[in-house]
Amino acid sequence: MIEVNNLHKYFGELEVLRGINASISKGEVVCVIGPSGSGKSTFLRCLNLLEEPTKGEVFLDGVSIAEHKKDIDKLRQKTGMVFQQFNLFPNMTVIENIMLAPRKVLKKSAEDARQRAEELLTRVGLSEKADQYPNRLSGGQKQRVAIARALAMDPEIMLFDEPTSALDPEMVGEVLEVMKQLAREGMTMVVVTHEMAFAREVSNRVLYMDEGIIYEEGTPEQIFLNPQKARTREFLSKVL
Amino acid sequence: MNMIYEIVNKFSDSIYLNLIKDNRYTNLVTGFITSVEITVLAACIGIFLGLFLAIFRLRDKGPLASFANGYITIIRGTPTVVQLLIIYFVILSKSGLPTVIIASIAFGLNSGAYVAEIIRAGINAVDRGQMEAGRSLGLSYAQTMTHIVVPQAIKNVLPALGNEFIVLLKETSIAGYIGMKDLNKGATSIAGITYNYMVPLMCVAYIYLIMTTSMAAGLNRLERSLKKSD
Repeated sequence: MIEVNNLHKYFGELEVLRGINASISKGEVVCVIGPSGSGKSTFLRCLNLLEEPTKGEVFLDGVSIAEHKKDIDKLRQKTGMVFQQFNLFPNMTVIENIMLAPRKVLKKSAEDARQRAEELLTRVGLSEKADQYPNRLSGGQKQRVAIARALAMDPEIMLFDEPTSALDPEMVGEVLEVMKQLAREGMTMVVVTHEMAFAREVSNRVLYMDEGIIYEEGTPEQIFLNPQKARTREFLSKVL
Repeated sequence: MNMIYEIVNKFSDSIYLNLIKDNRYTNLVTGFITSVEITVLAACIGIFLGLFLAIFRLRDKGPLASFANGYITIIRGTPTVVQLLIIYFVILSKSGLPTVIIASIAFGLNSGAYVAEIIRAGINAVDRGQMEAGRSLGLSYAQTMTHIVVPQAIKNVLPALGNEFIVLLKETSIAGYIGMKDLNKGATSIAGITYNYMVPLMCVAYIYLIMTTSMAAGLNRLERSLKKSD
């Protein structure tokens, strides 16, 4: 579903990604782990062109996204994204946050969009918050709304950029629970995370990134129980 | 005692002469209406123009950005009265438009430059994540701007925008230069007949003051009611 070939990204002089090759198939849950500054988020943001790759290609369903920059809005409909800082729209209520893109992009009627939004809110356990403004919500609730908002576009793949890093510890669980549920339902997911327990339990594959490349990859068992490379072992010894 | 009586008497005579005799107060009433018309029209033009100029400027390269930069430099670097005269006597001299429309256009074009800078600051203050979130959902740049970024930006800069329109109202007092009978001109017309400047000008100053303070008060209320929503 996603193919990444020799992806490079420079920020000015700084080479953040130095040639990433990866492929993600339908239904897979892939966790991306690694030290800060290793390019995990940049890699994820290149997948929906929030960052423009300097070199290399990203294929989404066989379509090169760099060559179809004009249709990028269409391609982005296939990829839902959840951010570390939630990025809910503070000028809209929870349900308006969820309904906006389906109405404006998919041209759904208000009733259809509302019905779907209510379903999604129920799914993330927040149906009673529909008419609240985001600043009345806790961090965990905000992130669950953000997940519902992304799901409202019926994406084929969900990208999570450190979804629990900005949360108070007691709220991490409720967000991970929603994500686990999604994974069980067969959603294709790419998750940049520091939650090693989650990566171990939920993912089919773990990518360990370091120095701007995918340094080591494998099943959670391979990576967590039997890492092959020194830097992987060093990183894991710090975080586990 | 006599002196006080004399002062009061002189004052009431002067009020009568400048405002009541021959219905001279109507100069101020029609002037007031004209000033309000120009201000409201110019403010609408200013917001519309300012919004586009701000968005042009945010894209840091390209002809639109250069245009916006040049425009703002010229408008901010020349006196409003000169701009007004150029637009009336040069650019739109053969347009056949009513003077009130030309005046509104001139003040609107002027205000747009200032509004642009205010809105640009407001847009810059909106978290980048808002644009990213909008785009990640498949909304276009324009849709994200319209529904997400600009509403937040306007709300942030409402006090500054309100100030700009108070300044605009006061600036319209130079409309007399192109023959508009605005509020200020109303006062000088009366004084031209009565040879008395104090009463008409004091009246005009007082009317402007009432208008600006009520604009400020209205703005405060608007801000408070917007704050409630979040």
